[in-house]
Amino acid sequence: MITVLGLFTLTFLVIAALATVQSRNLFVASMWFCIFSLMMAANFLILDAADVALTEAAVGAGVSTVLFMGALSLTAEHEHVRERSGWLPALVLGLLFAVLFAASFEQPRLGDPLAPVHQHVAPFYLSETPRLIDIPNVVTAILASFRGYDTLGEVLVVFTAGIGVLSVLSFSPKKNQQLSGEGVAERVRGVQHHAILRVAGKLIIPLLMLFALVVQFHGEYSPGGGFSAGALFAAAVMLYGILEGADRSAKAMPQDWMLRLAALGAMLYIGVGIVCMMLGGNFLDYSVLSSKPVAGQQLGILLVEFGVGLTVSTVLIMIFNAIANRSTY
Amino acid sequence: MSLLEWVAALFLVCGGFFVLVGGVGMLRMPDLYTRMHAASVTETMGTLLIMTGLILIAGWTLASVKLFAILLFLLFTGPVASYAVANTALIAGIKPQLAEDGPQIGGPEVPRP
Repeated sequence: MITVLGLFTLTFLVIAALATVQSRNLFVASMWFCIFSLMMAANFLILDAADVALTEAAVGAGVSTVLFMGALSLTAEHEHVRERSGWLPALVLGLLFAVLFAASFEQPRLGDPLAPVHQHVAPFYLSETPRLIDIPNVVTAILASFRGYDTLGEVLVVFTAGIGVLSVLSFSPKKNQQLSGEGVAERVRGVQHHAILRVAGKLIIPLLMLFALVVQFHGEYSPGGGFSAGALFAAAVMLYGILEGADRSAKAMPQDWMLRLAALGAMLYIGVGIVCMMLGGNFLDYSVLSSKPVAGQQLGILLVEFGVGLTVSTVLIMIFNAIANRSTY
Repeated sequence: MSLLEWVAALFLVCGGFFVLVGGVGMLRMPDLYTRMHAASVTETMGTLLIMTGLILIAGWTLASVKLFAILLFLLFTGPVASYAVANTALIAGIKPQLAEDGPQIGGPEVPRP
């Protein structure tokens, strides 16, 4: 039964991908991309990767669609099609497809316990997590402790991306261009004329924030962690911005404070690592943080995940505010 | 199967029926508003019946509480989303197709009464 469901989501994934590429209307394309992400999240869930599914649903289907919409309001709605012969990309794609197709025969069966990916370090993680860290969610243990370096890199990438978007959007808009049309001209703030949407949205926002906090601080026991929690929290702020106008969301979450908090989140992560070094351990070796190594590991994971969540949420809020508050590109 | 499971199965089958009806309606209805009317059957009756069936199967567990929370969330957001889409379509100038208009250009053929 689960195989049928997997086949359905994978087939629909291909259909959504083709539709995304094919649609010339960019609004339609971003909607298809949202469906693609949702199918991807369902597929991750079928593969028992609940943490990744949660993050994919929050970031791919939720936040990035909002950001696409915001970017679309600054540009034209239709893709500018350039006619030219595409034999070289077709050749490259054909070759790539052939190579991947040939390689797929060498792949181990899905879920095969003897596959190399399950024999390399996975047994170590599974057997040592209860002894070394003692938290039920092994994914969080791997993400924050065993592979702490990788996650630090990811946090810094997110932070750098936020800085990059801000610097791209920091130039002042062109005065004579009014591409966003009637909406900007009328100076409509959010969807204030929709009473139903505002009432319903305002009821959802606190629940969303609460759920983000649950995902953040319950990540050691259930699927979740800093990345998905940050995206969920940012989604709540984005919902506020959509309902009440982006100027109000930027007022509630000022850009300069978001920038400072994003830097603070990354610094918290690095700082925990440096404190570990000062206490005589290795960088990001949390065992020295407490008198008991297991308690130290748990404390370190909690702090590091909080840093991740802080950076991710503030960077996403920052990007949303920067895009949504521009009247033209 | 116990009686409870039979009742749960009945709920699930009925829910599946309403989802199917919603899907058929999406394809068969003549214009956007009637299609949305068909689609909203999925998110109200379909959700309600399927979630109730699942809650009956799960029994008095934490999963039931979570399913109930999801049910409330879906029942709360689904109609609001439908309203938003329909309202936006109306503002964007898409007129509902009336009986005297005849079949829409490009739309599926509708048998006239």
